[in-house]
Amino acid sequence: MIARLLLGLAALFLVAFLLSPDSFAWLFRPLTSNNAPAIYTQTSLLSLTLSHLGLVALAVIASTIVAVGLGILVTRPAGREFLPLARTITSVGQTFPPVAVLALAVPVMGFGAGPTLVALFLYGLLPIFENTLTGLTSQPPDVTEAARGMGLTRRQRLWQVELPLALPLILAGIRLSAVISLATATIGSTVAAKTLGEVIIAGLLSSNTAFVAQGGLVVGLLAILIYEGFQALESRGARRMGTAGR
Amino acid sequence: MTDLASPAGTASTPAISRPGLLFAALGFVGLVVPLVQFKANRIVLGEGVLLPGALGAAGWLLAAAFAVGLLAGISARLDYRLRLLIGCAGVVAALLALGATAQALTPPDNNMARVAPATGFWLLMLAFALMATDALSRMHLSLAQRWLMLAGAGVVIGAILWSGWLDGVSVMREYAARKDLFWREAWRHLILAFGSLGAALVVGLPIGIGIYQSPRLRRPVLGVLNILQTIPSLALFGIMIPIFGWIAANVPGAASAGIAGIGIFPALVALFLYSLLPVVSNTLVGLNGVSPAARDAAFGLGMTEAQVLRGVLLPLALPVIIAAVRIVLVQNIGLAVIAGLIGGGGFGTFVFQGLNQTAMDLVLLGALPTIALALIAGIALDLLVEALDRHKPERTEA
Amino acid sequence: MIEIRNLTKRYDETTVVDDVSLTVETGQIAALVGTSGSGKTTLLRMINRLVEPTSGTVLIDGTDTATIAPHILRRRIGYAIQGHGLFPHRTVGQNIATVPTLLKWPEAEIRARVDELLELFQLDPAQFRDRMPHELSGGQQQRVGVARALAARPELLLMDEPFGALDPVIRAKAQEDLRALQRQLGTTLVIVTHDMEEAVALGDRIAVMDKGRLLQYGPPDEILTAPATPFVQALIGEGERPFRLLSLSTVADLVQPGEAPGPAIPPEASLRDALAECLWSGRELLPVEGGGIVTLARLRECATGAGAATT
Repeated sequence: MIARLLLGLAALFLVAFLLSPDSFAWLFRPLTSNNAPAIYTQTSLLSLTLSHLGLVALAVIASTIVAVGLGILVTRPAGREFLPLARTITSVGQTFPPVAVLALAVPVMGFGAGPTLVALFLYGLLPIFENTLTGLTSQPPDVTEAARGMGLTRRQRLWQVELPLALPLILAGIRLSAVISLATATIGSTVAAKTLGEVIIAGLLSSNTAFVAQGGLVVGLLAILIYEGFQALESRGARRMGTAGR
Repeated sequence: MTDLASPAGTASTPAISRPGLLFAALGFVGLVVPLVQFKANRIVLGEGVLLPGALGAAGWLLAAAFAVGLLAGISARLDYRLRLLIGCAGVVAALLALGATAQALTPPDNNMARVAPATGFWLLMLAFALMATDALSRMHLSLAQRWLMLAGAGVVIGAILWSGWLDGVSVMREYAARKDLFWREAWRHLILAFGSLGAALVVGLPIGIGIYQSPRLRRPVLGVLNILQTIPSLALFGIMIPIFGWIAANVPGAASAGIAGIGIFPALVALFLYSLLPVVSNTLVGLNGVSPAARDAAFGLGMTEAQVLRGVLLPLALPVIIAAVRIVLVQNIGLAVIAGLIGGGGFGTFVFQGLNQTAMDLVLLGALPTIALALIAGIALDLLVEALDRHKPERTEA
Repeated sequence: MIEIRNLTKRYDETTVVDDVSLTVETGQIAALVGTSGSGKTTLLRMINRLVEPTSGTVLIDGTDTATIAPHILRRRIGYAIQGHGLFPHRTVGQNIATVPTLLKWPEAEIRARVDELLELFQLDPAQFRDRMPHELSGGQQQRVGVARALAARPELLLMDEPFGALDPVIRAKAQEDLRALQRQLGTTLVIVTHDMEEAVALGDRIAVMDKGRLLQYGPPDEILTAPATPFVQALIGEGERPFRLLSLSTVADLVQPGEAPGPAIPPEASLRDALAECLWSGRELLPVEGGGIVTLARLRECATGAGAATT
């Protein structure tokens, strides 16, 4: 209950701060020195936030479509051959540092939103794919048997039984991917993508801690809200199936 | 698929390996797009050069060899060991081809020209590496064999780099130009990754044990650590600078103890803070996972609190704790790159310098070793976790 | 001898064990029976102070256990539990050596003791000493668990559902072995079980508990023939009672002179087995090995509790 109240307050604060950053200047003033500005005004924080979220959303949607598609593919008879390979690639791929992926995308895509999008997309694939795989391969055998016994076709089994059962896990993968992307997008500013990282980097360059703090604060709050939002969604799904863990 | 072609007993296995087909497709695209880029200097855009274009007849031969290897992989009857061998040979050959191309293309006495690996090279590497990986993942090698594979791969790649065969390649030219700096930053990177891990273990293990013993503290402690985790890395690194600057200026003795707002210290602490959550939560999960019967028996047989912890709980929780070490180490090797942005050193220095100068070879000089380091750490610790998990009955082959 | 005096355990408002007093003589087996939540396990765990009593005392051979540091006390008391609780990261030998190692016995003595115990439990030391617990069968794990509890030659052994995880066939054998072992070593034994049959098979005395209270404490035949409360009676199971009674005594107790045809029954077989044999083969009389007979009529009599032939 208290947690939910705090979340609501955080959301309220975030919206208020983004709509009217100047009203919160007093909050960041102590972090500045030599009369430096307390609020970043080069670009409006709201537009940076929206573009940050836009990048993340685009990347996560693309990752979800591709990762779930691949997950379904390698668990069908036609794609089974790829399953061991897919498993290895996901576990190895997740050791790739996001920053390195970002840097390596630059020669292919040039500077701007492109490499960030590619890095976020590639990096976002792995958790979703991994969870889709787990979800689709660890179904209770009696349920699959029952579905077969009732005469559902393969396609019907996938859409009516397997995917709904795997949904909470897939959602958890998307949540993980979204939270990682949110943080990685910040670094996208180093390759000239328009994200909240711009505020932080401006702060680093001009030794203005107020900028660093407000950039970090907005991204952090977004991460918490998105995380909790997804989790609420997952537990609702899990409760409906009576599989609520813990 | 005809039964005429297939020997008896293999009717159920198709004649064509679909993964093999995918690898071959990747590899063939790699053969028809430029293998390398030739640039007059390190900044300008270059022109693509194909394998035969660089090496002439030898290039044609090499390309044909690649093609044969890729085609052989298509057959589903190919033994996995052979497949692995072709994969490894392909990777080595691609590296050697890259080096040979660079030597052939660079005019003598020209220090400005650069030969950089291009799409063709990366695709060839990818195709053969995937082929090897696919074979490995189906071979069910023993732990010792897998350690040997890891060490062998390290030795072979190291030997190729050491031999000077690749010295003509742009990345290695960048390396040669700043050899001392490279090793200094490499050392820095390791200190950042391992130092923060060590500190996180020293602090996180006791916290994990503490919240295991007093469940009331679990929610607040994990809550705080969770929130720390949501602060974007760039901001956390940034916030550390003024904090340590202030400490250095205002706490007597701090500055002389090496604490400063610039340099390695803020980065080290930021990484440490990120590492706490995995260490603490995995310690808790590991301890909670110890069978209540074993714990009860330990107390019932007359072990003291400390003896139970040292002799029973911690050894049984070890695999989960080592899993946290893996998460933290891989994560920190990657995040340490960001230290390059705030003057904390490490491979990130090259990455961000390269991005600033649009010198992609320099970016590679920072990014490739980082990836290699993360890969080795990840694989090695996976093997370690598996070795430790051996005596646990519940992990059976799925 | 263990004397439990007015032992009570309260958690906040709920009383788990309510003013229980009972005495177990040296060398005897006391079985604590009850449904889950009856407080029997808590009572057991207060003996070795895994649970601290709210009030009351436990005396072992006249010494108040509260005056001994808990871990020192526990090293003197054997402890075996359901699901054996073996340490999965230690070998069978290391598991058995736990308490001797804690007591800092000399290395050679520990090794000798481990081998001795393995042999006692019919596990070949050379074969089993260095195995990991998960490589053993359920029955073997359970035996190692008991061996570990006995390693430092405790005079008192506490067991909490030690056979709970075993299948019925192995369980019967394990009970028989335990009984024989206990007679051989003379160890005082307190065992917790929810299974009245097990209590009857093992206990010299049975303590029936419900809702934290001790309802009845006495020898098995007393519990079976004169249940103190309806609850005790329900726990026995009305239909099973005759068979339980019969399983208390052996053929040797009932043998009378005479001769009968057909295969003979060994004198150490239980009356229950004898009854089964009569009914199966359709005979009125059974010859007993070594001479004498046992009659179906006499067996019937015993089953009603009237002619209870106790040892």
